[in-house]
Amino acid sequence: MNFIKNSLLALLAVAALGAQAQGRYNGEDRGRPLQPAQVNAKWQQECAGCHLAFPPGLLPAASWRKTMSTLDKHFEVDASLTPQETTEITDFLVKNASNRWTAATAPLRITESEWFKTKHNSREIAPAVWKRASIKSPANCMACHSGADKGNFDEHSVKIPQ
Amino acid sequence: MKPNLNKTNLLACLALALPLCAAANPIQDSYRAPAKQENAAFKDFSVAAGQKFYNAKVGELACASCHTDSPLGTGKHVKTSKEILPLSPSVNPKRFSDAANVEKWFKRNCNDVLKRACTAQEKGDFMAYVLSVK
Repeated sequence: MNFIKNSLLALLAVAALGAQAQGRYNGEDRGRPLQPAQVNAKWQQECAGCHLAFPPGLLPAASWRKTMSTLDKHFEVDASLTPQETTEITDFLVKNASNRWTAATAPLRITESEWFKTKHNSREIAPAVWKRASIKSPANCMACHSGADKGNFDEHSVKIPQ
Repeated sequence: MKPNLNKTNLLACLALALPLCAAANPIQDSYRAPAKQENAAFKDFSVAAGQKFYNAKVGELACASCHTDSPLGTGKHVKTSKEILPLSPSVNPKRFSDAANVEKWFKRNCNDVLKRACTAQEKGDFMAYVLSVK
């Protein structure tokens, strides 16, 4: 019994190492931590003015640079800031961006990243679920992850509303 | 000491100058000179024009789309569903108290709704209407 258990554990460890070497999620992995203990007040205030202030670790630095340099056309909305605000918030995002993203990709949408798509695949979450009035969009993290605004996306605290 | 001071101010306003206290908003006043520059015949801002502007749909959107039919209402961002606190300072005193913030939102929202910058006349009219609703 013990022998089987140990062998299985060893196998798992090897598999995990292999996955690490290639980079999980084709190199499009979110960072750890997702959000530093000390957050920037301007980031919080300005981003959360319209939506959840998405934790910086959800995307790589290149994504944040792109986002912050195109705020006047931010997903078809003008979200422009003063140059000072833009610099301050970009610095915070870039400094705390994903530290596990190894791919050369830089999506603007968090929902387009490989880690997101894997974690929210259609076998686990049917397409109709996203369309519920209580959810509306995959960008609405808080609908199911009530700790999202604190950078907490723990799988065990997920509650999918009806 | 502080509450007393506020009370005194408030009483003075109520007793002596209610119309003045209610009407004067330094941010709205800052649009007078540019409005005059836009149009030499400019006299004053208009509540009625502001109300029309607030409700006018340009394509898909009007101010009212997110801010509800009344500046007293709690709105909802059309895309993200984020709650938008009322525009009227009578129920949300923070509104129209920070010039940079007011300009930031005029720039963004005029671009989104009108696909252009608002004129000083439009900004002043809009404020005249929003400030008039109690």
